[in-house]
Amino acid sequence: MDRNMLNQICFRSLHLDKPWLLSSYKKIGGYDVWRKVLQEKISPDTIINELKVSGLRGRGGAGFPTGLKWSFFPRQKTGQKYVVCNSDEGEPGTFKDRDIMRYNPHQLIEGMAIAGYTLGATVGFNYIRGEFSEPIARMEFALQEARDAGLIGSNILGSGVDFNLHNTYGAGAYICGEETAMIESIEGKKGQPRFKPPFPANFGVYGKPSNINNTETYASVPLILEKGGKWHLELGKPNNGGCKIFSVSGHVSKPGNYEVPMGLPFADLLNLAGGMKPGSKLKAVIPGGSSSSILPADIMMSLTMDYDSIGKAGSMLGSGAVIVLDDTVCMVKLLARVADFYTEESCGQCTPCREGTSWLSTILHRILHKNGTLQDIDLLERVAGNIGGRTICALGDAAAMPVIGMIKHYKDEFINYINDYDSAAVKVVDRM
Amino acid sequence: MELSEKVKIAINLWLDKFPTDQRRSSVMPALMIVQKENNGSLTEELMDAIANYLELPKIIIYEVATFYSMYELKPVGKHKICVCTNITCMLCGSDEIMNYLQEKLGIKCGEITDDGNFSIKEVECLGACGGAPVLHIGDNYYENLTPDKIDTILQELEQ
Repeated sequence: MDRNMLNQICFRSLHLDKPWLLSSYKKIGGYDVWRKVLQEKISPDTIINELKVSGLRGRGGAGFPTGLKWSFFPRQKTGQKYVVCNSDEGEPGTFKDRDIMRYNPHQLIEGMAIAGYTLGATVGFNYIRGEFSEPIARMEFALQEARDAGLIGSNILGSGVDFNLHNTYGAGAYICGEETAMIESIEGKKGQPRFKPPFPANFGVYGKPSNINNTETYASVPLILEKGGKWHLELGKPNNGGCKIFSVSGHVSKPGNYEVPMGLPFADLLNLAGGMKPGSKLKAVIPGGSSSSILPADIMMSLTMDYDSIGKAGSMLGSGAVIVLDDTVCMVKLLARVADFYTEESCGQCTPCREGTSWLSTILHRILHKNGTLQDIDLLERVAGNIGGRTICALGDAAAMPVIGMIKHYKDEFINYINDYDSAAVKVVDRM
Repeated sequence: MELSEKVKIAINLWLDKFPTDQRRSSVMPALMIVQKENNGSLTEELMDAIANYLELPKIIIYEVATFYSMYELKPVGKHKICVCTNITCMLCGSDEIMNYLQEKLGIKCGEITDDGNFSIKEVECLGACGGAPVLHIGDNYYENLTPDKIDTILQELEQ
């Protein structure tokens, strides 16, 4: 892959010295688009249309077309409206928004300001997970710089446009990455998702129209408007425009974030990440965070990294968290850990999820500790099937999908493990 | 019990961020500010004081404090060591890191050392899987952990 294709959008500042400073961001044309929008009073329809052309899809995991989302927003409605950024990065395997906020915070601010202008929202909230001390410090510093330079605030650059942006912090709850749970959390409540409809676009923060996008989505907007929707679309492939940051972790030589064009073959992404660790062999990949279904090596090596390709293979691109597993990984132990995560993070509101996740954990630990039976495999599938689609939010589906995907591809390994525990070539370490 | 002036000033900054009729939005930051001031944990008296200051029913404070994992309702060590054991960290050796820490400090996960200096907590994905295994203490992330690195971290914190 041509190295020039790397880091074209959210990471375009990475080569600079102290890229998080306003002075650095200005060197690469930072806030020029925002100035132009304000000076020329570019119409919201024009901006939304450009986003539609760009093929930008929600980078948080759902992949919903951003231009379409913005076009649904009741921007003519009078009264307070909000733009909200989902920086509650918590999907296991994902660590891209952390780096956007650490290394290019101003581009996120510029993207949110443009969203505020386009959607008629004068206030924005950027909800950052509470553990992210360093990104929080960078975002606070960048906000102060932007305020001092008159780039956000009241009557910005004499345009008559107002946009005030605040960072708010989570306090440790995966569920708050779900947009309506995030709204509840901003309102100071437990992060328990709301029924939809009404959607946040009509009934969001404090019951007011609110547009929620992921960090990477907002941060992509300035570049799309600078270079055009067509440019963005053609970076990727049809229906999968632009670049995407993939957080590659696990058994690779150079784990890290790689911003590459959509549609890059997985094999190329693996090469970028230094290939497998010396002496290890690829067994499987979790392509879109722990909520996505696992895919065996042979399938994965034939795929390209985009929503459609991964989707057709029965998994999802999700947030772009690519977890690479070598052939020493015990699938029983892995799935038990994944199940524990959803048990811990279920908000407890819906019975199928609250009870179902803890049963998945119980059954998987039973298998892991030599007490499982072959019927337990069917039971796992049945419990997972009874969670998916039966809950208010997608956490239930997220808990069910890894189980169903794992049994689809690695049922034999589970059978062998249950039938002959001692021969399982793994060391089972009891978790606390 | 009343909140200190310093804490009140910090909470007021948050109240200013939100609409005046939405004091509840300041509950989460208020809990964090108070927890930090009280050596890393909350008490019922402190939560009541927050309710009092924000003019909200106590239950509103309690339900938030018990829902989110970063709030501590029991005392913790001066340095709360939060070890990620989620997928990528597990693949990269978090079991060893957890075992090593427990042996070295002579405590189990959830306990505090006798001198009150350290406690260990198992946490979910910290969003830094590129540097797995990872832990965080206070405002700092520590990545690519090894037993040697743990020794160095603990030594630095003890000073």
